[in-house]
Amino acid sequence: MTSRLRLYNRVALLMALAALAAAVALPFLGFAPNRLLSGRPVPLWATVQGLGGAAALLPGLVLLATPFLRPTRFGLGLTVAAGGLFTAGLVWLAGAQAAALAQGASAAARTSFASGFWVMAAAGLLAAVDAARRLGLGAVGRMAVGAAIAGLVALQLVSGHLDALSILKEYANRREVFADAVLRHALLVAAALVPTLLIGLPLGVAAHRVQAVGRAVFPILNVVQTVPSIALFGLLMAPLAALGAMLPGSGISGVGPLPAVIALTLYSLLPIVRNTAVGLDGVPAPVREAARGMGLTPRQIFLRVDLPLALPVFLSGLRITVVQAVGLAAVAALIGAGGLGAIMFQGLFANALDLVLLGAVPVILLAVAADALLSIGIAAATHRIGVLPGRSAP
Amino acid sequence: MIEFERVTKRFGSWTAVDAVSFTVAEGEFRVLIGPSGSGKSTVLRMINRLIPADEGAIRIDGEDIASLKPEELRRRMGYVIQSVGLFPHWTVERNIATVPGLLGWPKARIRDRVTELLELLNLDPRRYRSAYPHQLSGGQQQRVGVARALAAEPRILLMDEPFSALDPITRASLQTELSAIHRRTGTTVVFVTHDMDEALRLGDSIAVMDHGRLIQCASPLDILTRPASPLVRDLVGREEWGLKRLAVETVGDRARRQESAAGEPLAAETPLHRALSEMVARGTERLPVVDGDGRPAGVLHLSDLVRPSTGGTA
Repeated sequence: MTSRLRLYNRVALLMALAALAAAVALPFLGFAPNRLLSGRPVPLWATVQGLGGAAALLPGLVLLATPFLRPTRFGLGLTVAAGGLFTAGLVWLAGAQAAALAQGASAAARTSFASGFWVMAAAGLLAAVDAARRLGLGAVGRMAVGAAIAGLVALQLVSGHLDALSILKEYANRREVFADAVLRHALLVAAALVPTLLIGLPLGVAAHRVQAVGRAVFPILNVVQTVPSIALFGLLMAPLAALGAMLPGSGISGVGPLPAVIALTLYSLLPIVRNTAVGLDGVPAPVREAARGMGLTPRQIFLRVDLPLALPVFLSGLRITVVQAVGLAAVAALIGAGGLGAIMFQGLFANALDLVLLGAVPVILLAVAADALLSIGIAAATHRIGVLPGRSAP
Repeated sequence: MIEFERVTKRFGSWTAVDAVSFTVAEGEFRVLIGPSGSGKSTVLRMINRLIPADEGAIRIDGEDIASLKPEELRRRMGYVIQSVGLFPHWTVERNIATVPGLLGWPKARIRDRVTELLELLNLDPRRYRSAYPHQLSGGQQQRVGVARALAAEPRILLMDEPFSALDPITRASLQTELSAIHRRTGTTVVFVTHDMDEALRLGDSIAVMDHGRLIQCASPLDILTRPASPLVRDLVGREEWGLKRLAVETVGDRARRQESAAGEPLAAETPLHRALSEMVARGTERLPVVDGDGRPAGVLHLSDLVRPSTGGTA
């Protein structure tokens, strides 16, 4: 080979350099005698022991080389694989090191992820995501990549390899609470979606058909969006508490899930109403004219023409709504609605960062999973209509 | 048969259609022509009640359409518009099957009908049946649009500038196909256009509209030779009037039946302007003519183009 070294992928190079710098300069893990004391740093090189440790870092070396690979299917595929395996390998190293440190230490000792781990894991994931996009993977393909990386981490979780890590010790202490919190979090979001759809869909259809409705509704919903979530939760407490006092035995109260669901619904309405109306506005007039001219009834036009053609835009509104609601529901813990936010705030108030993590990581995973599932739905609803970018007539 | 009796339509203070009366006979190809805003499209859209009439009566086969359910009325007619309006989320097959499906035809019959129509409009069923509209060219989309309008074997076909957005070559071939379909099925056609050449080429009769009124309704030959107003004369245009005049008659109309001549013969249904072109191209003043079965049908002389030799119309 006489050809010069050529840089093909700046993003991958940036990620590789960030990972390299973090590997050298930042602590990989922190080890503390108990959860209240700050730990001593454990650098990456100290965790690499034996053949297994070296093998876990091998994808990192590949990642350093990928920016100079031609962006072929092979080159990009290799980047995706290296990024994913690198991240999973870091988790494996952390688990192995935590287990080694736990031997001979007290049960209260804690091994936590430190800044170096986060930077390297993020760099690996971003390199994989970027390469997957350059590879032109569809929604299903990207989800498969994400599921494969998640699966590698999940395997380690299930096998018990990570049990010595602090976040899993926190989990072990709160096994029942955790499962309940995840369920409750999902239920909060689902409970807000029902009234959102029941109110938002008719309102969106009305805003599409009657301009005056849109002019009246959208300014209100826009203002609601700008109210900070804690303020909205607070605003709802007083009237609901008063209502509860007026109707004793009704179960209505200023704290708990009811104000949370109401606030989540108010936030969720804007994307649903707006995207329903915009989706219907986007149905081409000649298509409706032809449908009418062929003798479809107004009901048939709505169900067979308007709804399917507005579906992709509506689903992107639903995606925004669900992802937003998953995040906002965490804040609802402040007014006693429970959910994963409760674990996060417990950790914050107790200065136990791994407990915060135990609440935050599932929130992120829930949001990412909802986003991926709805992206697949949008792709399925769009591909026949032929408006996906980059698609053209054969 | 379609009858308009003193039909008026107002939009606010503007009278779009002003006491218009006319009749379209069973099986007739009627073209509506006029400048924009003349009311021609409004007239068309009143036939299937997309626009309700304010005054007067519209009857189809003697039945007042106001007494019918609009959806049932529309399912009995084909409707083709300039922007086609195919359903983008349905395949070509499902698009064509729309009205038969609404009418509850059995599946097998719909499938056979779709195949028949795709072949009729020169679209290979194997290739296009399962295609989506965005995969087709503009001309192919309008072919599907025409097939969709013909699907339930309507007695009446309404067409609103169906070929205006197409390139000249595609437009010409669709005009030819539409003429052939009309001859074969005997469907009554009402066809709106602003293109006089298209009107002269397709129509059995041409209705000229202006400011909501019907100015003249006559055969293409009469529109050319006896325009009822300066507007009609302007629509026809003075440029190449002679060629347009020739285009509305066929070789068979003027051939001298008793004579015979040598050479490559012309079909009797060839328009006369094509015969003139052929004479110039071949450098001859006489062309042999054959009928539809290929039998000799006389000879056309150059002088016959200028002046019919036996009992011409003009």
